[in-house]
Amino acid sequence: MRHDFLDRYSRLASPVHALPAWLKALATLTLVMAMAVARPSWWPALVVATALLVAGAWLSRIPAGFLLRRLLLLEPVVVVVATLALWQPDGGMRFALLVARSTLSLAALILFTNTTPFGEVLELLRRCRVPSLLVTVLALMYRYVFVLVDEAARLQRARASRAFSRSAARSWRSVASGAGQLFVRSSERAERVFTAMCARGWRP
Amino acid sequence: MHVPDGFLSLQTAVGAAAISAVVVGECVRRLHRTLEPRQVPLMGLAATFVFAAQMLNFPVAGGTSGHLLGATLAAVLLGPAAAVLVMIAVLVVQCLVFADGGLLALGANALNMAVIGSLAGGGIYRLVRRLGVGLRGTVTAAAFAAWCSVLLAATACAVELALSDTAPARLVLPAMIGVHAVIGLGEAVITALVLVSIAAIRPELVGGGEPTTHRRTSLVPGGLLLALALAALGAPFASSLPDGLEWVATRFGFEHRAVATAGAPLPDYAVPGIGSPLLATALAGVAGTLLMLGVSYLLGRLLVPSGRRQRSET
Repeated sequence: MRHDFLDRYSRLASPVHALPAWLKALATLTLVMAMAVARPSWWPALVVATALLVAGAWLSRIPAGFLLRRLLLLEPVVVVVATLALWQPDGGMRFALLVARSTLSLAALILFTNTTPFGEVLELLRRCRVPSLLVTVLALMYRYVFVLVDEAARLQRARASRAFSRSAARSWRSVASGAGQLFVRSSERAERVFTAMCARGWRP
Repeated sequence: MHVPDGFLSLQTAVGAAAISAVVVGECVRRLHRTLEPRQVPLMGLAATFVFAAQMLNFPVAGGTSGHLLGATLAAVLLGPAAAVLVMIAVLVVQCLVFADGGLLALGANALNMAVIGSLAGGGIYRLVRRLGVGLRGTVTAAAFAAWCSVLLAATACAVELALSDTAPARLVLPAMIGVHAVIGLGEAVITALVLVSIAAIRPELVGGGEPTTHRRTSLVPGGLLLALALAALGAPFASSLPDGLEWVATRFGFEHRAVATAGAPLPDYAVPGIGSPLLATALAGVAGTLLMLGVSYLLGRLLVPSGRRQRSET
């Protein structure tokens, strides 16, 4: 199976990819925090942020279509949450501001995640004193997410090919038993992983 | 329920992140004392499992579909402290790999879905677990806890949005609670179904290493106690909390307060014919909760035939 749902472009060679992870994380966080406090009168800041992000995206050599598609995929959530603001006085303005702030933050996060390999993110978290247990769990997750998503896809394909049913109740049962099967398989895999880790000298 | 960036004020986001960080620190401390080394990879794989399980779609009417959130399932299978860490790992990967859920909002999302979701799910599960026996008791308790956990997480999310002045509390609180009372029902059914199917393959995995000695407590006093506790909780939740939020809003000088309260398009929850709105809201909350407890009980009866009981491990 192909696994480019994760990390597809995070290892390109570009000036943005070459920047140290902490710098990119700091820049992203600064932009997101600036957006959190932005007011309508700050529209020049929004324009500057947009320009910076477009420049970053262009320099990163990631296909623009890919980045835009990711943005569009997550944009509905933004719009739905933002409609809540329409009930406030001055709703139209608030709605526009929320969508702008949120979209720019989202774009910054998408650029960060697609220019920084997750291994570097983990190293950064470790240096930021995130508990080692959590970092270990994250590292294991990153290692096995491909395996489990594959396993889940296999289970769903097998179910679809032998138990086609339009009855919702029956399909809930069979999807749930797939999930149950997946948990049992993951816990059995965890046993094997533990043995293998110990054999390689791992200490908790 | 993943809040994107831009909707939470800086204070709310930082405050929520601080609470999450403290709870995670405490969970890690506890796990370091109790966790066996072989459970470390299990936590990693369990986090991956929750992530993958969230991708499985359950068809709902009209071509839409829902999916598992998993906090209660993780709490039942691994215990609440490990579940908090597992859910946080899932949220971190969703945020830092898929940009699903904001970066600044990560602390708030962690507070809602990982901390409140797992601790409330795990806590309520343990509380209700005593009412039943064997697998049927487990399934009943897990279904009820799953519903509560989704509802409480949604409430926390609504409170954060209201505190950030993104939406008026009188609108966002009933809206989020109403929608998630239905979503929680789906979560309850999925959690119950998954637990039953795990128990069918590896019964010892269900129960998270808890002692399997079951005292059969009478259902009536236990249920009454629970209803009373929830009545006490329900009143401030549904009724006085918006006022509290407005108080906070005035204190911190947020504008537009008066208009927002006057023009709220949704009427408050209320039981007709009862004078005090506080009492009425509390009663509505208790009625809904008791109804869900009944639904969970039926679910347990439906899914676990009476002959099949959880084998107690020696």
